[in-house]
Amino acid sequence: MSRGAIFQVIAFFVYLFYQVLILQNVVLFHTAFCFLYILYLLLLPVETNPLILMGIGFLMGFAVDMFYESIGLHAFACVLIMYVRNYWLSSMTPQGGYDSNSTPSMALGGFQWFVIYSLPLVFLHHTILFFMEAGGFRMFWFTLWKIITSTFFTMLVILIAQFLFPSRRR
Amino acid sequence: MERLFYFIYQYRAFFTFVVLEVFCFWLVVENNAYQGAKFFNSSNTVVASLNNFSQSIRDYFLLRDVNTTLAEENAILRRQVEQNNQRVQAFDTLALRDSSLIKRFDFVSAKVVNNHVDQFKNFITINKGRDAGIEAGMAVISPLGVVGKVKLVSNHYGVVTSLLHIDLMVSAVLKRTGHYGSVQWDGHDPGVVKFKYIPRHVNPMVGDSVVTSGFNAIFPEGVMIGTIIDKKLDNEALSYDLSVRLSQDFRKLSYVTIVRSELKQEVDSLEQVVNAMER
Repeated sequence: MSRGAIFQVIAFFVYLFYQVLILQNVVLFHTAFCFLYILYLLLLPVETNPLILMGIGFLMGFAVDMFYESIGLHAFACVLIMYVRNYWLSSMTPQGGYDSNSTPSMALGGFQWFVIYSLPLVFLHHTILFFMEAGGFRMFWFTLWKIITSTFFTMLVILIAQFLFPSRRR
Repeated sequence: MERLFYFIYQYRAFFTFVVLEVFCFWLVVENNAYQGAKFFNSSNTVVASLNNFSQSIRDYFLLRDVNTTLAEENAILRRQVEQNNQRVQAFDTLALRDSSLIKRFDFVSAKVVNNHVDQFKNFITINKGRDAGIEAGMAVISPLGVVGKVKLVSNHYGVVTSLLHIDLMVSAVLKRTGHYGSVQWDGHDPGVVKFKYIPRHVNPMVGDSVVTSGFNAIFPEGVMIGTIIDKKLDNEALSYDLSVRLSQDFRKLSYVTIVRSELKQEVDSLEQVVNAMER
């Protein structure tokens, strides 16, 4: 295994445990959740094979599910954003294209680029997650409110994390 | 055939995507059924021990509340014991001899390992399981009120469907008037549940207590659920729209009591016989 792969495995568990041990207890006003673990999925190297992407997304989602007692929910949402991710990335290639092995972080494309890259994916993830959990559109507006506040909260924490730990090129 | 394989290979990402999503969806559906996937939940040892660690830190912040509740409960229990003692002394000959009536319910105390209140379908993980005689379907209460119903158990841990689960209904009764209804959470405020099916002719008042009914043989009769804080009655509606403030704050849940109903099987089998006869 290369150094990069080992680093990714360690990062996987760091994000997972940070999510389930700490962020699980952080819910603002009973509506805004923070799912920082998505950042790990968003920051996987650009040229990762979509099959591996979805596999990692599934594993991450499944592990989070076990703690949130909602088997399948997070896994479903994660696999979906992992499938969409590469199409989304290739549709917004910065000038000159991606270098090999670069991570789609703020260091790569700047603040604006990163927000445009991550915000729709986070929103998509939350939309799927909350509507599936509610079991349909029975509580449409309340669920939508939860989705919007959670998206803002998650995005805020993601951006803070990006400023605090700017990812180096590996 | 070759072209088919080539086709599948070419769109392998899409097919993997579909397969994984169908699998996840199946898991979700399976988990929503009354007793879902047996292993992949927070009652398995690895997950539960991690949650245990996390809860042991959270416990420090709850200590004050837990102490107060325990002290109050002790006082109430002591008063009841004293009353019972006096009654036994006064009417010794009339004392209940039917042991099945005395031992109708057995109580097991358990510690909360993991607790959610903010999702639509909340579950509580407790640190007692099959080893302590806990089984799926048992009632879970706390000193202050109803908590939920055991969903599934592993050897050492159990998962409880919280009252804050949009699909769980508990049979309840309006204490003052004696009318029956159902309590169900609407997914909004973790401190408030809805009390349904109280017909128009009843006049519930703000402040009335809502307690469990003895209708299901799971919950003991008369366990507090909460007090009515709001009542609405639409012109066309058949029943009131009542909001009940839960007496147990689910955010501060630390210790719970599992109720083993010794007569549950008997009641169930009797009801089955009656149902079969009616058919």
